[in-house]
Amino acid sequence: MKNVVLIAGRELSSYLKTPSGYVIAGVMLFFQGLVFNGYAVGDQPTLSTEVLLRFLEVSGGLTIVTGVLFSMRLLAEEKASGTMTLLFTSPVHEGEIVLGKYLASLAFIALVVLASLYLPALIFVNGKVSYGHIASGYLGLFLLGASTLAVGTFASSLVKHPFLAVLLTGGFVAILEATFWVARISDPSTPASSTILGTFAPYYTHFRNFRNGIVQLSDLAFFAGIIYVSLLASTRVLKSQRWR
Amino acid sequence: MQGGTEESAPGGLTRLPALTTAVEHSMIVLDKVTKYYGSHPAVHDLSFEIEEGECIGFLGLNGAGKTTTLRMLSCLLLPTSGRVTVKGFDAEEQAHEIRKLIGFLPDRPPVYPEMTVKAFLVFAGKLRNMDRAAIDRRLPKVLDDCGLGHVIDEPIQNLSHGYQQRVGIAQAIIHDPALLILDEPIQGLDPVQIVEMRNMIRGLRGQHTILLSTHILSEIAQTSDRILMLHEGRITAQGSEEELAARFGADGRVRIDLELRVAGGAGAAETVQAALGAIGGVDEVDFGSADDAGVVQVTLRGRGDVREAVARCVVEGGSGLLRLEQKESGLEDIFVQLSKEAEA
Repeated sequence: MKNVVLIAGRELSSYLKTPSGYVIAGVMLFFQGLVFNGYAVGDQPTLSTEVLLRFLEVSGGLTIVTGVLFSMRLLAEEKASGTMTLLFTSPVHEGEIVLGKYLASLAFIALVVLASLYLPALIFVNGKVSYGHIASGYLGLFLLGASTLAVGTFASSLVKHPFLAVLLTGGFVAILEATFWVARISDPSTPASSTILGTFAPYYTHFRNFRNGIVQLSDLAFFAGIIYVSLLASTRVLKSQRWR
Repeated sequence: MQGGTEESAPGGLTRLPALTTAVEHSMIVLDKVTKYYGSHPAVHDLSFEIEEGECIGFLGLNGAGKTTTLRMLSCLLLPTSGRVTVKGFDAEEQAHEIRKLIGFLPDRPPVYPEMTVKAFLVFAGKLRNMDRAAIDRRLPKVLDDCGLGHVIDEPIQNLSHGYQQRVGIAQAIIHDPALLILDEPIQGLDPVQIVEMRNMIRGLRGQHTILLSTHILSEIAQTSDRILMLHEGRITAQGSEEELAARFGADGRVRIDLELRVAGGAGAAETVQAALGAIGGVDEVDFGSADDAGVVQVTLRGRGDVREAVARCVVEGGSGLLRLEQKESGLEDIFVQLSKEAEA
């Protein structure tokens, strides 16, 4: 665990010292502000709950994009810069490398997600929503970001170039979300989210419940599962690289 | 597997049985190691031992298998077959233990550019299980050995390539490893930086077992106790420069300048060349063309001291001997010769 904290601490410090993290965070917050004013609030009188639902809906998509972009900072960057050699030749387990890198990016994306909290707070100026609904929505945003980063960690363990890691992460995420639409098309009479295929879609199936203010154990288990499997697979990939 | 006994190691771990009795005292043992990339053997049936405290130069052309071998020793790669052990620990089964023993500088220094030199070395020390107090005690010596004291608070990205290379060595020795592995440590350095790096590596001799690779011949001769020559994944020769010279180069080359005065005109050169080639111990005669003054430069390669016989041959043949010089066989000659032999 000591090595996990060490690697995560260095990585988080790097996020705070280099511009790339700030640029991605700034762009996300800028678009969230635009969406809140232009789409969620709009120019017509709207129910407060509707404003929150619209804001969370678009913020979910933006969080996924942010997670995909952050995947360039994960393992692929260490490989591209040659610093993976330092970690691999030190008495550090591959799982510790994966977890350290992942936790740092998770902490940063959590900060970015929390930085937009002032927007739903603005609803209280002219309206009222449940604090629980906001908390549920933000838990959903956090889990959506966490799962995207975990998938990104796996993608970046497979390639050497950060840009390829972004493309691969985007591809994996698109495939997961596409399962929802495949399920909907293949069986229009059944809600896609209740089909086996549809349960693989983090945003369309599981985040929607959080967005609606519903926290279910099954959704929490899904996100925990996808994170665990992705990080385990990343560790296996790193271990297998000695066999090249 | 003869003479192998299990031995208790620090941390309650058990070293694997050694390959031979002698191996138990070796820092590094490679036993019939082969490494394939696809169908291409980068290293083939490689066996050698390195004793504790030695400074070994690993010499070979690009693609000879140096980096692959070093990466196997650093536990970055596993051999396709054969066995690699470092201080009795098996690279496949006990990589974690080996990583505690080694410091590795790859061909590109593994540094985080946004970190200061000090922060990076503290990080590297902690990665090697050092506590902060131990790092603080070790840091002044490392900075002194690597000449980094005056840039300790500089971000690494502000440093020249030469200094970044020093930081790379500093991270490799911060934990005072038993084995220091340097892959092409002078690559990309300018002449002044090369001299500084050479002095730094010399300063580290005696403190660690050092294995360094390069394809620059002059470098390896100046820094290493023993040289391992690698060609197409195989060891072609090993020993000190003098031993290699004695074994492969003998007395090296003789260069003579002579003025052709042989009767026979156009055939004079061929006559002298044939006479020189007939001298016992001369293997090769490289006969140049005559300059305006009729002086020809000739280089003879062979074994044994042939100077007296050459002088007699030239004079008795009626030509003028203007210069006769013995050139000691250098590492370059040996390397070229071995490469030719291996290719043949």
